Amino acid sequence: MKKSAFLGALAATTVIAGAAMAGTLDDVKARGELICGSNTGLTGFGTPDANGNWTGFDVDLCRALAAAIFGDPTKVKFIPTTGETRFTALQSGEVDVLIRNSTWTFSRDTELALDFVAVNYYDGQGFMVKKDLGVSSAKELDGATVCIQTGTTTELNLADFFKQNNISYQPVTVADDSEAQRQFLAGACDAYTTDASGLAASRATMPDGDQYIILPEIISKEPLGPVVRHGDNNWGDVVRWTFNALLIAEEKGVTKANVAEVAASSQDEEVKRLLGVSGDMGAKIGLPNEAFKNAIAAVGNYGEVFASNIGEGTAINLARGLNALWTQGGLQYAAPFR
Amino acid sequence: MTEVFVRMQMLQPEPPPARESGLPKWLRENLFSGWLNSSLTVLGLLAVGWILYASLPWWLHSVWHASSLGECRKIIAETWGEGATGACWAVVRERWYQWIFGFYAPALWWRPILAFGLLFAALGPVLFAGQKKALSVILGAVLAYLVVTLWLASAPTVPVLLALALVAGLLVLAQVAPGKLIWVTLLYPFLCFWLLWGGSIWTPIGGLLGFIILVAVTIGLSRVIGPAVSAGIGLVVAVLWWLYLSGPVMGGLQSVLPLGIASVNSDQFGGFLLAITIGVTAIGCSLPMGILLALGRQSDMLIVKTLCVGFIEFIRGVPLITLLFTASLLLQYFLPPGTNFDIILRVIILVTLFAAAYLAEVIRGGLAALPRGQYEAADALGLDYWQAQRLIILPQALKISIPAIVSTFIGLFKDTTLVAFVGLMDPLKGITQIVRADINWKGIYWEPYIYVGAIFFLICFSMARYSMALERRLKTDHR
Amino acid sequence: MALASDVPKDSFRLSMLIYDTRYRSITIQVFVLLLVGLFLAWLLQNTAANLAARGKEFNFGFLWQRAGYDIGQQLIPYTNDSTHFRALLVGLLNTLAVAVLGCILATVLGVLVGVLRLSNNWLVSRLMTIYVEALRNVPLLLWILLTYVILSEATPQPRDFRITDEMAAAGEAPAASMILFDTVAVTNRGTNVPAPMFTRGLGMLDLGPLSINLTTLAFLIVLGGSIWAYRSLKASADATQEESGVRPTTWWQSLLIMVLPVSLLSAALGLHWEIPELKGFNFAGGILVAHSFTALLVALALYTSAFIAEIVRAGIQAISRGQSEAAFALGLRPGRTMNLVILPQALRVIIPPLISQYLNLTKNTSLGIAVSYLDLRGTLGGITLNQTGRELECMLLMMAIYLTISLIISAVMNFYNASVQLKAR
Repeated sequence: MKKSAFLGALAATTVIAGAAMAGTLDDVKARGELICGSNTGLTGFGTPDANGNWTGFDVDLCRALAAAIFGDPTKVKFIPTTGETRFTALQSGEVDVLIRNSTWTFSRDTELALDFVAVNYYDGQGFMVKKDLGVSSAKELDGATVCIQTGTTTELNLADFFKQNNISYQPVTVADDSEAQRQFLAGACDAYTTDASGLAASRATMPDGDQYIILPEIISKEPLGPVVRHGDNNWGDVVRWTFNALLIAEEKGVTKANVAEVAASSQDEEVKRLLGVSGDMGAKIGLPNEAFKNAIAAVGNYGEVFASNIGEGTAINLARGLNALWTQGGLQYAAPFR
Repeated sequence: MTEVFVRMQMLQPEPPPARESGLPKWLRENLFSGWLNSSLTVLGLLAVGWILYASLPWWLHSVWHASSLGECRKIIAETWGEGATGACWAVVRERWYQWIFGFYAPALWWRPILAFGLLFAALGPVLFAGQKKALSVILGAVLAYLVVTLWLASAPTVPVLLALALVAGLLVLAQVAPGKLIWVTLLYPFLCFWLLWGGSIWTPIGGLLGFIILVAVTIGLSRVIGPAVSAGIGLVVAVLWWLYLSGPVMGGLQSVLPLGIASVNSDQFGGFLLAITIGVTAIGCSLPMGILLALGRQSDMLIVKTLCVGFIEFIRGVPLITLLFTASLLLQYFLPPGTNFDIILRVIILVTLFAAAYLAEVIRGGLAALPRGQYEAADALGLDYWQAQRLIILPQALKISIPAIVSTFIGLFKDTTLVAFVGLMDPLKGITQIVRADINWKGIYWEPYIYVGAIFFLICFSMARYSMALERRLKTDHR
Repeated sequence: MALASDVPKDSFRLSMLIYDTRYRSITIQVFVLLLVGLFLAWLLQNTAANLAARGKEFNFGFLWQRAGYDIGQQLIPYTNDSTHFRALLVGLLNTLAVAVLGCILATVLGVLVGVLRLSNNWLVSRLMTIYVEALRNVPLLLWILLTYVILSEATPQPRDFRITDEMAAAGEAPAASMILFDTVAVTNRGTNVPAPMFTRGLGMLDLGPLSINLTTLAFLIVLGGSIWAYRSLKASADATQEESGVRPTTWWQSLLIMVLPVSLLSAALGLHWEIPELKGFNFAGGILVAHSFTALLVALALYTSAFIAEIVRAGIQAISRGQSEAAFALGLRPGRTMNLVILPQALRVIIPPLISQYLNLTKNTSLGIAVSYLDLRGTLGGITLNQTGRELECMLLMMAIYLTISLIISAVMNFYNASVQLKAR
């Protein structure tokens, strides 16, 4: 191909991109599709299958968002981002929202000018070791070689943890989860550290997963959630309340299967507001009134999304734990829909 | 009378001594001619033997039919006993297409296949300008390739017939007027863009019209105000057309006469489709830039020369990976706030700049290799600078540079694998990572890399051979 | 007498700026300069606007903040309490280490392969052809990844070195053992090599952000002195040979000059070697050379050696046969023919492309990203960039450093090239 075609394309794209600063929701609507920053491939959370269809826990939130905006969960495009390019991709407007297990921290929220609008998964950094290593606590890992993914908060947590406990370690930095798993299985590192969910996902897919244990110490808080650009509050509200809608749906027992029926018959005022039967909640943030109903109909409630992608019974096999609803002893607590 | 002994009958020639003929001689001369040679031979044999011993079982124990790595391992253990190692080619069998086409929808595979075939039809007139026989051979090969591959990809009938008719038409044209085929090369980029990305046919036509405007303005005004200034004005007019008029006008035409094919998003591109798209586009776009930079570097004008040298040395002094990160992290800082376009396009722009700096050096080598007499003869004929370059210098310099340009392309093509680090789906790392993240194929390692490596080797090796043959042919031309 | 004075003197007109070749080049240059200036101003303005829109400012102050992360391989002392600048230095040294060792290794291998490829031995020349073609027609990235896998999959785990009580009782040997007289342990985590230790080390010289190891400095000074002494010895021998035709025997003097000062210094500082031994999870003591380093080094050296082999082959083939035949006719033996006749001439052909291979290798060290080797790109352009969010500053600084390295290499090599080229008389 020669210059010409690309200049043409360049011209076309710059014209389209001219009005990008107007407001993300308007841009998304004008474009006709949502652009979602995703992982380059993390089993259970976000990975494309053989046909290029993205599936996973984070991916379903993107689809719910697309369903809320357009009423169609397929109007979403996934841009794979690496640990190093993800925040720049968001800042520059390349993606509308980043849903890619990113930890909410002070400096990311302030210095990087981002906004974490919700926490869709409460996680913490843990360690996995081989059973026959004879280690039962992370504090016994003095002198161990530890595999760690680069470009994440886990690097800093790891350094802090070993320093606080006055023990030493040898870091082996790896680029991604599959490489870390290969190294760990080959015995190139004694311990593998990442978010506990990632460890569980990794262990679930190992050929002899029962040979490995996850140590009890959780050395950090890792609230993972969707991220938007700082300063576009309306767009932040759209993302936050779409997520909250999924949570409330679980709380109220609204599922993918019964959402239409509940919308027709429910007497619960909050459910009626949620599904757009009464009030104009959707319209208040620039969405269709049945936006949240569409989102639930597309992917199901939070519990269903969890169960179908990473929950017990799937290959990842994670318990709800901290991510159970507050009514069931977890931390997932949505603000009231009022 | 003395008897005269004259041999009346010739003796039969003796066969040469055993060690001076046949296999023993060959062995002695080529393998065991001295102690050094003999020990080298033994070492070489040992090395080959060791490699075969270590890897042959793995190759022999290949499994082609399985749905997951676990199943593969089970089959290997059952067939060749516990602890046997073996290759699991089932992953390649199941996912081969992903390394070739990325996420391009299978129903549309015929489009990249067609674009790839036509690439050679477009390259022919450049490589074999006016040679009827060579052109016929290459077009015939393209025709055969298209018939086979389009049938395999089960392409829809109408476009197949159109494409075949097009190539057959070119074949006829090659017999009648081979010189005219260069127009195919000029039109190809627009056709290829349209085939790969799809959408309205009016978009590439809009791009093409810009070039027609550029050429028309340049030629029209050059009588009045000289070629350089008119080219500048032409460029400005063309850019204005692309930026402000092309979009609305072509949009209007599309609404009046909607012609188009299903559009494909850039995020569907991956694998070798992506690598070839980036590589070929970058080399194609960088050629004119590289020529200008090389001429600028040879220029007498101090400022122009300094700028060209500065640009070339800067690009050649930093690793490609930093330029790719520039594309993904920094480019949006340098463009007006709110501008945002596709990461593939951004990567192509940066790779083009990269290739241009290297091509500039290659072409400079070609310019330097021309005998001084050529420049002087052009001056003696009274040609001005651009006439001399266009008619005398560049045709020769570019011809000498073709092998080096091919080498640059090979290097660039291999370097396209680096785009994985900015999140694009290159065949080597990006697609392999996707496949390895699949729960069925988690833990597979060698097979994908061997598969991708073999394809890279085939492409690069054949291009390298071609460029060497070309070099030999060109060398004799100049003796 | 109608000579030059008759040429009508044009008064200067504005149109001459375009039509008169004397002025046209100035016009064009001013125009180009203006365009480039405008373009740069446009870029700067956009950058300023973008920075303002994101609430960021352009400054390098973050380099003096605490880095907070650990680096596996460090040639100068570094902890996670050190600054980002210190991390940058560690990364830069890691880059340079791979680049320098890689160039040396690639040259040695490349020359060997290049010469063997020209050998009369059918098998060896074929094998070398396969070596060259296989290496250079496949992306470097693949070789780095494969070398890394081979290193970490085919080597034993540290625990395989352990002798348990039962094994000792049964008289079994451990599954793996150390090599080179029990001094080097190759595990799947890296290679543990002995570390030099000094009982009477000279300590550190602290210069703010830079602290210099005086012991290393002392060794470098002594080594430099030895090399200087060796060169002057060689020069005086050359002078004697020019004068009298007889070359004095110098090998034992050279040996003494090279070996004695360094050994004296080592003895004075109390040099001894710390041998790695298995402690807990890993080998402790000695120096751990991580596999990411080894893999990158080996892959770079192999890949580049294929290109160097071709350069060497072309260089030797470029020397006409008559040269070596003439040398033989003069009675020179093959070794001296190579040294005195072929190589000096071949070098002129070899060195310019060799320079660009060295440059390529240096730039390709940035592919350490594939094995997460923490070089300059991994520290400054990777973790620091990521943790501080200063992509503009980090990227510009990183490019400037790479550019400086490249320019230094090409300047040094061009200087050397100029010294071996044929001097025009």
